[in-house]
Amino acid sequence: MSSQDIPEENLPAEQDAHGAVGVADEKDPFADPGLPPHEHRVQDIDERAARRSERTVAMLFTVSMLATVGFIASYVAVPHDKAIYVFPIGRINALNFALGLTLGVALFAIGAGAVHWARTLMSDEEIADERHPIEASPEVRAKVHADFKQGAKESALGRRKLIRNTMFGALALFPLSGVMLLRDLGPLPGTKLRHTLWSKGKLLVNMNTNEPLRASDVAVGSLTFAKPEGLEEHDEEFQTEIAKAALMIVRIQPDNIKDKRELEWSHEGIVAYSKICTHVGCPISLYEQQTHHVLCPCHQSTFDLSDGARVIFGPAGHALPQLRIGVNDEGYLEALGDFEEPVGPAFWERG
Amino acid sequence: MSTTNTPDSRSSREKAPAGERVADWADGRLGIYSLAKANMRKIFPDHWSFMLGEICLYSFIIIILTGVYLTLFFHPSMNEVEYHGSYVPLQGQLMSEAFNSTMHISFDVRGGLLIRQIHHWAALIFLAGMFVHMMRVFFTGAFRKPREVNWLFGFLLFVLGMFTGFTGYSLPDDLLSGTGVRFMEGAVLSVPIVGTYLSFFLFGGEFPGGDFVARFYSIHVLLLPGIMLGLVVGHLILVFYHKHTQFAGPGKTNNNVVGMPLLPVYMAKAGGFFFLVFGVIAVVSAIASINPIWAMGPYRPDQVSTGAQPDWYMGFSEGLIRVMPGWEINFWGHTLVLGVFIPLIIFPLVLVAIAVYPFIESWVTGDKREHHILDRPRNAPTRTAFGVAWITWYMVLLIGGGNDLWATHFHLSINTITWFVRVAFFVAPVLAFIATKRICLGLQRRDKDKVLHGRESGIIKRLPHGEFIEVHEPLSQEQLHTLTSHEQYEPAAIGATVDENGVERKVKGSEKLRAKLSESYYGEESQIAKPTIEEYKEITSGHGHH
Repeated sequence: MSSQDIPEENLPAEQDAHGAVGVADEKDPFADPGLPPHEHRVQDIDERAARRSERTVAMLFTVSMLATVGFIASYVAVPHDKAIYVFPIGRINALNFALGLTLGVALFAIGAGAVHWARTLMSDEEIADERHPIEASPEVRAKVHADFKQGAKESALGRRKLIRNTMFGALALFPLSGVMLLRDLGPLPGTKLRHTLWSKGKLLVNMNTNEPLRASDVAVGSLTFAKPEGLEEHDEEFQTEIAKAALMIVRIQPDNIKDKRELEWSHEGIVAYSKICTHVGCPISLYEQQTHHVLCPCHQSTFDLSDGARVIFGPAGHALPQLRIGVNDEGYLEALGDFEEPVGPAFWERG
Repeated sequence: MSTTNTPDSRSSREKAPAGERVADWADGRLGIYSLAKANMRKIFPDHWSFMLGEICLYSFIIIILTGVYLTLFFHPSMNEVEYHGSYVPLQGQLMSEAFNSTMHISFDVRGGLLIRQIHHWAALIFLAGMFVHMMRVFFTGAFRKPREVNWLFGFLLFVLGMFTGFTGYSLPDDLLSGTGVRFMEGAVLSVPIVGTYLSFFLFGGEFPGGDFVARFYSIHVLLLPGIMLGLVVGHLILVFYHKHTQFAGPGKTNNNVVGMPLLPVYMAKAGGFFFLVFGVIAVVSAIASINPIWAMGPYRPDQVSTGAQPDWYMGFSEGLIRVMPGWEINFWGHTLVLGVFIPLIIFPLVLVAIAVYPFIESWVTGDKREHHILDRPRNAPTRTAFGVAWITWYMVLLIGGGNDLWATHFHLSINTITWFVRVAFFVAPVLAFIATKRICLGLQRRDKDKVLHGRESGIIKRLPHGEFIEVHEPLSQEQLHTLTSHEQYEPAAIGATVDENGVERKVKGSEKLRAKLSESYYGEESQIAKPTIEEYKEITSGHGHH
C-alpha cells in the first residue's frame, strides 16, 4: 500500500514547506500535508557505507559465535567454587560471572546485529496501511443476529422452560462438588491458635545454649530468647510450635516496671513476653535497653516492655501477651501456665 | 530449478524451491497463506515507547525458559534436612528441602546460580516493564475504544504477575521470604469471620506447617503462568487485530496506520530486541547478585533480619500495612482487625482504581468512536492529572513500604516518615493532580503560542527606528498540523429538561454527575481552546509579529 491510498481529506494540501507563514494554504493552514517525502540514508545512496554496515552486522554475529564458544569454555574450565575480584563489584563467583557475561554478549550481539541490519540496510520507507472498523458491517450484524435467533428457536430453550430451569439448576449445583473437595486442604482451626506448648512447670530454655535458664543468668538490660523445655529443632512440629511459643526475656529493675500485673507475673523483674508481633506475626528482635522498648523490624510496631508491652507506635493493634513465670526449687525459671491470651496476629475469634 | 513461469500451477509447484513446497504443503493443511496475507507485511508504527510492551513479552518468555530449567533441580518440599552442600557457613544447619535444593542450584549446579538470577531479574523487569507500559498506554489514551478489553488483559497480567512473583520468591523458604509469607498469613487471619479458616486451609493447618511450599509451587509454575500465557496470547492477538495506535503527524489519520512492515523490518527489530533484552538480563545476572538466600539462611518463624523488604512490586502493599494505625475492635467475643484488614481491602482498590479508569472516561465523554491516534498527555489534562495522582499515591505507599530504609539511609526518624506517609496518602495525590493539570494547561498554551506566533528563534533584531523585536520563525505545515490535530471535547450538557410538549422530565442523578464530571474534564478551566484558522489568519495576515 502506498500514500495513494490515504483518504482524500488527508491528501497533501497545497504545500510550501519552507515558505513564510503568511503564504501557507489559504483555506486551512493546519491541513494534513500528507506523508513527508522519504529521506535517504547514507546506506541507500552510498554502496560503500552499505558494505560497512554489512561488515558491522557480520562482525556482531561473529562476536556472538565467539561468545558462545567462550560460554562453553568457561563451563568446562572454570571451577564452580572459585571467587574472583572484579572491579568495582567486589568478590564474585567466577563461574557465574564468566557464564553470564559470555551468554549476555552472545545474545546481545545477535540482537545488536539484527537491529543494525534492520536500521541501516532494510528499507525504511514508511508505508500507510488502511484500518477497517473493528465492528462488523450492518449486514453481517443482522445476519449473525438472525442466525442466533434461528438457533435459539430451534433449540426451544426459551419455550421449554422445564429443560431450561433444570439445566441451570444442574450447572449451578455441580461446582459444589469442587468446593467440597477443598475442605480437606486443612483442619478446622478449633482453639489451636489459643494454645502454645507452654504449661505450668515447663522450664525456659535458652535458645542459643539450649540450656535451661536460671534467674541469675538474666542480667539487667540483656535480651534473651527462650523456648519451652522439650521442644527440639529436629522435632517434626518444631517450626509450627516455635511460631507460637517463642519467648523474649528481659530483666528490668522492679521499680521501673509501671504495670502492676506485669510486675506480679515477673520474677524479680525478669519478664517473659511473646516474641511474635501482634501485628502480622514477625518475630520482634530489636530491644533498646535504656527505654525498654522493643521494635518489630518488619513493620516497626514498638512496644514498651516496662509498661505491659503496650503499643507505643506502629501498626500493631494490641500489647504483646505476657507469660507468667517463676523459679522452681532448683533455681530454674519456669512457666506458671500457658499464655492467657492468643499470641501473634489478631483474628476474628480472638475476642 | 525452472526460471520460466508456466501458467499450469501444478507443474510449477513441482519445480518450486524446497521452502516454497513446504509452505504449500502447510497451506494445504493449515491455511497459512490467508494468515500470512493479512500479517506478513503488517504495518507497525515506530515510537520508542511502543517497545515497552515488548520488554514485558520477552522477559516473560525468559522467565518461562529459565523457570523450566529451575524445576529440573528444585524440590518443592518442606521436609527438614541437614545441609551438607559446598557452602561452608550453613553446613549442618537444618533447613527445608526447598531451601536445600535452592542452595544446590546456587552452588553445585554449574550455571544454576546464573539461571536463578536471570529468572529473578527477569521477573523484576517483567513487572517494572508492565508498570511502565501500562502508564504509556494510560497517558496516551491508547486504552480507548476499541482497546478497553486489551487494557483489562494487560491489567490482569500485571496483577497475576505480582502474585506469581510473590509465590515464586517464597519458594526457596529462606528467612526473608518466609517473613513475607508470615505477613500474608497475618493478613489472611484479619479477614472477618472466615479469616482463620482461610489461613488453615491455605497452610494445611497452623503456620507454617509443611504444605505451603508445595502448594505455592503448583500455583507458581502451573496455575498462574498458565492463565498468564493465555492472556499474553490474547493480548497479542488483539494488538494485531486492532493494529497499533500511532501518534498524530503528517499523513497519519485515524483510518490508517503508518510505519514499516513486519517482514522484514519488525521481524528483525523485534526479534533482535528479544536478544537484546535477554543479553542485558544475562549480563545483569552475571554482575549483580539477587536474592542471595545463603546470606539470609533458612526460614525459622522465630527469627528475622532487619531491613526486610518484599520485591519492589509488592512494596506498595507493604506500605499500606506499615502506615495503617493499629485499630482493633473487640465485641461479643470477636475481634475486627481493622489495622490489617483495611490495608488488605485498599490493596486491590489501589489497583482497581486504575483498571476501571477507561470505562469512567468513556462514560464521561460518551464517545463511541474508535480511537487510533494517541493523545499527547498534555492534551488530556484531567486524565494525565489523574494518572500522575495515581502514580503519586503508589509512590507514597512505596516510601511507606521502605520506611525503615529511608530512616537508616537518610538519618530520619521512622515515626516522622510514617506520619508523613499517613498524611501524604491523602494529600499528595490531590496536590499532584492540581500541579499536573496546571502543567498540562501551560504546555497547551505554549503549543498554541507556537502555532500562532511561530518558534522563538532567539534572534533579536533592531529595526531602523530603534525598536527591538525577537524574530519568530514560522512552523512548517507538518508541525502546524501535528500541533493542531488533537480533538477537543465540549463539556456534555444536561439535555433539555422539558420535552417538545412542555412536559418536564426528571434529570437522573447519574446524568447530573456526568455533566459535572464532563465540565471538570472539558470545561474552560480544563483545556485551552486550540488555535482556530481565523485566529491564525488574523495574526499572520501581514501585520508583522506582535
